[in-house]
Amino acid sequence: MKQLYYDIKKCLGCKSCEIACSIAHSASGELLKSLREEFLSLPRKRVLFSNNKNYPVSCRHCKDAKCVDACMAAALVYDKEKGIVIHDDKRCIGCWMCVMVCPYGAIRPNKKAKIPVRCDKCQDKDEPSCIKACPTGAIIWQEELVNK
Amino acid sequence: MSGMEKKSIDLATQEMLKKAQDENIETSWDRLESQQPQCGFGQLGVCCTVCAMGPCRIDPFGEGAQAGVCGASADTIAARNLARKIAVGASAHSDHGRDVAHTLSLIAGHPHAKGAGHSHDYGISDKEKFKNLAQEFGIDINKPEEQIAKELSQKLLGEFGKQEGQLEFCKRAPKKRQEIWKKLGITPRGIDREVVELLHTTTMGVDNDYKNIINNGMRCALSDGWGGSMIATDAQDIILGSPEPVRGKVNLGVLKENYVNIVVHGHEPVLSEMAVKAAQDPELIKLAKSKGAEGINLAGICCTANEVLMRHGIPVAGNFLQQELAIVTGAVEVMMVDVQCVMPALQEIAACFHTKLVTTSSKARFPGVAHIEFQTNDAYNVAKQIIKLGVENFSNRNKERVNIPKQEMDLVAGFTKEVVFQILGGKYRSTYRPLNEAIISGRLRGLAGVVGCNNPKQTHDYFHTTLVKELIKNDVLVLQTGCSAIACAKQGLLIPEAAKIYAGKGLQEICEAVGIPPVLHLGSCVDNSRILTAASHIIEEGGLGEDLSDIPAAGCAPEWMSEKAITIGFYFVASGVYTVFGSSPFATLGSKNLTDYLTQGLEDVVGGRFEFCDDPMKMAELMINHIDKKREALKLPPAMYKS
Repeated sequence: MKQLYYDIKKCLGCKSCEIACSIAHSASGELLKSLREEFLSLPRKRVLFSNNKNYPVSCRHCKDAKCVDACMAAALVYDKEKGIVIHDDKRCIGCWMCVMVCPYGAIRPNKKAKIPVRCDKCQDKDEPSCIKACPTGAIIWQEELVNK
Repeated sequence: MSGMEKKSIDLATQEMLKKAQDENIETSWDRLESQQPQCGFGQLGVCCTVCAMGPCRIDPFGEGAQAGVCGASADTIAARNLARKIAVGASAHSDHGRDVAHTLSLIAGHPHAKGAGHSHDYGISDKEKFKNLAQEFGIDINKPEEQIAKELSQKLLGEFGKQEGQLEFCKRAPKKRQEIWKKLGITPRGIDREVVELLHTTTMGVDNDYKNIINNGMRCALSDGWGGSMIATDAQDIILGSPEPVRGKVNLGVLKENYVNIVVHGHEPVLSEMAVKAAQDPELIKLAKSKGAEGINLAGICCTANEVLMRHGIPVAGNFLQQELAIVTGAVEVMMVDVQCVMPALQEIAACFHTKLVTTSSKARFPGVAHIEFQTNDAYNVAKQIIKLGVENFSNRNKERVNIPKQEMDLVAGFTKEVVFQILGGKYRSTYRPLNEAIISGRLRGLAGVVGCNNPKQTHDYFHTTLVKELIKNDVLVLQTGCSAIACAKQGLLIPEAAKIYAGKGLQEICEAVGIPPVLHLGSCVDNSRILTAASHIIEEGGLGEDLSDIPAAGCAPEWMSEKAITIGFYFVASGVYTVFGSSPFATLGSKNLTDYLTQGLEDVVGGRFEFCDDPMKMAELMINHIDKKREALKLPPAMYKS
């Protein structure tokens, strides 16, 4: 199971990953067009700044996910095979409980579309779009490191 | 440290920030926070947006791209980016100088002034300086004043369009300095030419040698310091009068609760000079009283404040980072602005109160903000119109939202190169001799120019005041301009009494003997040119070497943020001055070669170099070490008193 990892020392906070994420999840898949879509495709990844370091933050796809437990509409399910938390847009009632319980602050509400958005590891692509967007190679896509 | 203390050491600023927070008003500190993280490529200077093959970025870790699409390296990209900033800074100061020279041409009813005709609101105020300057330009002064003004303004305006030769004011520099410039080929030829040429060299596919780019950048910066800014200073002195030591007050407490408060903000003093006069117009004062106010109170922000302070003792409401906070007091009827350092955020902040923001320059407008354009040939009426707007706005003030901090501090400003002559040497034998002697004997360890802006990335005013206190404690006489001077004034460093409290023994003796503060306020940021000419006089006087780089002196811009500060830094370094920059280093760290050139290599080329440092005590140490190094080179004794 591949996971997203980050080399914090290399993150320069340029937010290219945020833009790539936004484009990847837009209807058009193009930067200039995506800005004119009805529902803006919000980036599912944010680069946060703390203690002089930059932290790219996105869903960690926890196995024991707090958001899955908290979802009263059962819109969230942990898919063991794919190793991701899947969000069913149709079932979602927009209560924002998942946003509140996420210990990483990795889920963000798209208030206009009334659904939360989160990293889906770009399921429809070979790899998450943020990886190639990073000009310094701070985003690493590799097999999960399991503590034994 | 609580949150507010981290933002500013100034109590008035802290109080207004608290008020802004309580009322949900956003200030630059909040916006800085929401900008985090700021892009590292931009900070390192290795993002190139010059052409449409880009934008390109160089991976500073050496793994990714090491060249832009065109092949430009990190060195080329960072140097070009820096050079563009130098050009912009120079253009700002120089365009300001052009406007003042243009005003002089209108006094003479000059044909240059297309159809604008005569300007009757201005005259020649400092006749002595006027004649001296005319002579400097080779004009026969045995002519009617108007004729001299005509010829002089033509010469001054000519400096901008000059193509060959050299700028006239370069001759003010010591011979040895002029030779260095000549040898390097960086003597500025014409003010506009240097800006245009530098921009040309930075476009796609022109100059790729970072050292050459920086050398051309220095020539452009020199065209500001020894050109545009110097013209601005001298022409302003001629038209508006040369400053003389004057008492004033500073900080937000100068705004008055029962008065119509008019704040002038920006840089060019030609209009604010008229605002000073119009604020005393009996008709307007009568109108203000009829609206229930006790009168009209004029105060300034940023360099316009310094200009009207230096010439009229008009109080200073604050420095750069206090422009929003002046409005947050809820007591400002009109803030009239012209050019430079005017935050776009003012529009929104003004909309939170009754304050009317008024733009006055065709170069600087806000969408939807009242615009009353300044006309040199109708200056008084324009100023009167704007102040009237303020007076009429007084009744819209919501008294419950007025909250003026109590802090105000006395200061003495108005020290120019001419005044320093007189104070030190006496009116009848004005000379720099006593100053030179003081340095030679070691009573004064040396000189420091501490100038520049504020930057919310640093604790507001903390760097300026901590550095300056440490310098004067070590018997270094500090010369200041701009927002840095305002910062130190707020902390009480610009009164003669400050010498007793903060200065070392040697500096104290001098301050007491001649009755000056240990920190001298020389004016606005174009008045940094006063420091250059004063330094040249020191060399002329003798005993302290043959070149500006020999003087035991150093420069510093501890809280800088503006492109103009970069240009000032470059003309000081190119004039041989060791110059320390605080907070953010220039965006060059992505290129080791360029950074090393600025902080080391340049010293062998022009005798001055840059240093970047983010600790005010360390800055003081660096500057004092440099001063001591220069003392040693001149074989002068060490400082007379140990601190």
